[in-house]
Amino acid sequence: MPFHSIMFDLFEIDADVEDQDTPSFFHDLNLDQIFQSVTAGRDEYNLKPFFSMPLNDVDAITYRHEIMRDLEGEALRGRVESFARNMKAMRRHLAQADELRYEYQKASWFLDAVEIYCNAVSYLADELSHLDEKSRGFRTFREYLNTYVNSDGFRSLLAETKKLKEELSAIRYCVHIQDNRITVGKYEAELDCGAEVGKTFRKFQQGSVKDYRVAFDEPPDMNHVEAGVLDLVARLYPGIFLELRDYYDRHRDYPDATIRRFDREVQFYLAYLQFIENLKSSGLNFCYPHVTDRSKEVHAYETFDLALANKLVREHSKVVCNDFSLNSPERIFVVSGANQGGKTTFARTFGQLHYLARLGLPVPGREAQLFLCDRLFTHFEREEHIENLRGKLQDELVRMHDILQQATSNSIVIVNEGFGSTTLNDALFLGREVLPQIIKRDVLSVYVTFIDELSTLSRTTVSMVSTTVPENPTLRTYKIVRRPADGRAYAIAIAEKYALTYESLKRRIVR
Amino acid sequence: MKAFLMHRDQDLNLQADLPPNAAALIQDLELNTLFEAMARGDKLLFDVAKKVVLFSLNDPKAIAYREGILSDCLEHAAVVREIYELVVQAIEGEKKIWWGKSPELILYRAVQALELFVGTLNRLRQLAEGHGGQFRSEGFVRFFAMLAQELDDEYLRVVQEHLSQLRFRDGILMSAKLGKGNRGVDYILRRPLNERRSWLKRIFGKDRSTYSFEIDGRDESGHRALSELRERGINLVANALAQSTDHILSFFMMLRTELGFYVGCLNLHEQLVLKGEPTCFPVPLASDSAALSARGLYDVCLTLRLETRVVGNDLAADNKVLLIITGANQGGKSTFLRSVGLSYVMMQCGMFVPAERFSASLCSAIFTHYKREEDATMKKGKLDEELSRMSEIADHIGPGCILLCNESFSSTNEREGSEIARQVISALLEAGIRVFLVTHLFELAQGFYRKRMDAALFLRAERQVDGRRTFRIVEGEPLPTSYGQDLYKEIFGRDGQPAAAVPLDTQL
Repeated sequence: MPFHSIMFDLFEIDADVEDQDTPSFFHDLNLDQIFQSVTAGRDEYNLKPFFSMPLNDVDAITYRHEIMRDLEGEALRGRVESFARNMKAMRRHLAQADELRYEYQKASWFLDAVEIYCNAVSYLADELSHLDEKSRGFRTFREYLNTYVNSDGFRSLLAETKKLKEELSAIRYCVHIQDNRITVGKYEAELDCGAEVGKTFRKFQQGSVKDYRVAFDEPPDMNHVEAGVLDLVARLYPGIFLELRDYYDRHRDYPDATIRRFDREVQFYLAYLQFIENLKSSGLNFCYPHVTDRSKEVHAYETFDLALANKLVREHSKVVCNDFSLNSPERIFVVSGANQGGKTTFARTFGQLHYLARLGLPVPGREAQLFLCDRLFTHFEREEHIENLRGKLQDELVRMHDILQQATSNSIVIVNEGFGSTTLNDALFLGREVLPQIIKRDVLSVYVTFIDELSTLSRTTVSMVSTTVPENPTLRTYKIVRRPADGRAYAIAIAEKYALTYESLKRRIVR
Repeated sequence: MKAFLMHRDQDLNLQADLPPNAAALIQDLELNTLFEAMARGDKLLFDVAKKVVLFSLNDPKAIAYREGILSDCLEHAAVVREIYELVVQAIEGEKKIWWGKSPELILYRAVQALELFVGTLNRLRQLAEGHGGQFRSEGFVRFFAMLAQELDDEYLRVVQEHLSQLRFRDGILMSAKLGKGNRGVDYILRRPLNERRSWLKRIFGKDRSTYSFEIDGRDESGHRALSELRERGINLVANALAQSTDHILSFFMMLRTELGFYVGCLNLHEQLVLKGEPTCFPVPLASDSAALSARGLYDVCLTLRLETRVVGNDLAADNKVLLIITGANQGGKSTFLRSVGLSYVMMQCGMFVPAERFSASLCSAIFTHYKREEDATMKKGKLDEELSRMSEIADHIGPGCILLCNESFSSTNEREGSEIARQVISALLEAGIRVFLVTHLFELAQGFYRKRMDAALFLRAERQVDGRRTFRIVEGEPLPTSYGQDLYKEIFGRDGQPAAAVPLDTQL
């Protein structure tokens, strides 16, 4: 199998990745925040489109898992990162060459860029040949690199570059300045005045000394006097400078397209690895999920909302992990319980896990089995839009209708606080209408609601409840557990706090 | 080049932290009076005196090294003072030279400083040649030999050559190589190898191996660029020369510091001679003996504050580890204890001592525990304060040390104070620490007296039958009263009324 991409095992998805739009559920699941953090500092690679391209078959996902596992090895990752740094330096040099004015300067920056490139590629090829990569991606890439660095084209580029660099750096010249006249000649081992002075007076030294050297601005470009001197140096060494011009003309398109593509694509993995590293060191787990399109039995243990965890870890706050599992015929989590108790977070977690799985990435949790869904739908409460002439409830119903029309039995539907903008009676009525529709489609779903009776609508629904600390019911644990909804615990706690429970109220009134 | 006038083989280090007992020593022995006499208003001399006195030496050879140099100084005071002045002038003169930030200005300043210093070095060498032969101490002999050797004619000629070269009459010549982006880097100022004018020949002659261009007179940015190029060329040599002047300056500073101690000794000596107070070089003995004997021992700080001479005491305390001084109030006990402490610290830094004769075994360190005023911060009670100071001393004191106590533990009643002091003193003595103690605690003094220890000596402030004091300290067993009634009478008059203006200046 020839190598063409470190991200895609087949040509299938080799479309221009730049054209991808952000899916609508990104915002609801806070995936946009996650990918923003993941790609931070890597703007030059334009990685965002990759995160909008979920994979559609298990083998493509496995292809990435293999590569990711390889990259988790410090040796390989270190080498690839160092390669990336070099390629970055190379691009900086090329950009600098473009900006400069004087031909000999442009050529010199270009020469350095090529040198960095040659070294980076040779280094990576050499290092990879010593490592034991297991992934199909890295094994084929290694072969590709080997062939490339042994090609005549690359070898002669390398040799030519080295020779020219050596010749240029061996040049020594003298400049004589008197009044407004500058004279340039070859250097002939004249004495170093500073060294002589230092030698003469060193015997008086008692302790450490101050450094009087003035640091000059060192801009990359030259002023015209420096350029004039350089022109004279070129006349002193005409052969070398002729070679340099010629080199600059001949090698303009030196970088290999596949290697450049690798340099960009491998950042997808490095970015994610770096992102989760910080969370891992705070004690959070990540795992390679078992992704299947054959079973809708899913589970994850000690999982969490990646966006929230990223925020909490930065604030040095504790992250609460949750478990979930659906065993046939269960399909739907109906989540109820205390407000602000982690219900929405749970819903997001479920969605994030399934989306991250389709990107071929490790997911939050100690262990996970996830379903390779065809599409992901979210229905979260929206801000009211003035230009949206429909009322809020109407808008929500329209969106729900659209989802139910598009969803297949292989889709995932996540509904959060559905119909919260209507009265309890309307909400009950609508809930009783909509949830059965979802049940009928046999989709995997999380349905967050304050109407606890929805949890018992079907054999396929599982009741999950956000919990509070038993001794102090006003304190939330952010744990979501499988438990029949009681719909009371939290309310009573609040009531007691304000002395408004039945008993309390009676006593107060009786008085 | 090293001055080595304070130690045979190392520089004087003024940067080290003062030893933990320093603050108490300064306060209790009135050392600032001594330092002021040595400094005569010069802050640097004060600092040197303070550090040298407080960093005492324990090695008899090291002490003898300084004593040798000091006696040369006493004999040739004028020459020593001239050297010192010369060095001070060079240091002060350098400060006045205007300075700038560019290599060209740095170089210009360095050349001026160097010209000043070369003058000083020349004069130093002349002094070495003219007077060096009269000095006998090991330290000065080495010092003058070093000046003659290091600053010989050839060396001074080379220095002159550098100075004239750096005026750049023939323009500046520098080497460079090509750095990043083919910009010139590593500019180094060069001097033609053999033939002085070879480069000029190449430039102005028919030689075709060089190329030139000129900056147009109206090209302002070109001239700026040209001058920056010059600055780059000069940068390293300016650094080297500025560092060189710093080297010479640091040599002068070291010389000033080390000589400063001896100048301070000269200042003090002059004052004492003027008053007719005797001084002598002490006889330091090995630290394992417990020797201490003196004739005409007086409190140098007291005499520095008085118009008249002060009373000297004789002391024969060889083999005594415990000295207990009791007796009349204002009878000279504190003064006597201080004179012992002062002579000790002066001996141990290589100075002469205020006595006609003084011989003592060296100690590792001197600690003082004096009665203090009430703690101003009110954080501790008086006894607390005393005990905490004693505990601090205990953190640092060790065998071979001396502890001077002046009315320690008098902040509680006599019985308690005596008992605390007894336990403290006994423990210290057993640890090999000598204790010299002024006390009113009769029980304490009497208790030790009854033990009939060979190594204990009991002294008393002398009081004549009519109650007058002689300020002499004589041997004698502790007496149960300190003659407080004498003092009361003196101040209040015999009839109990306050007397007019009683001179109390003997009570420092």
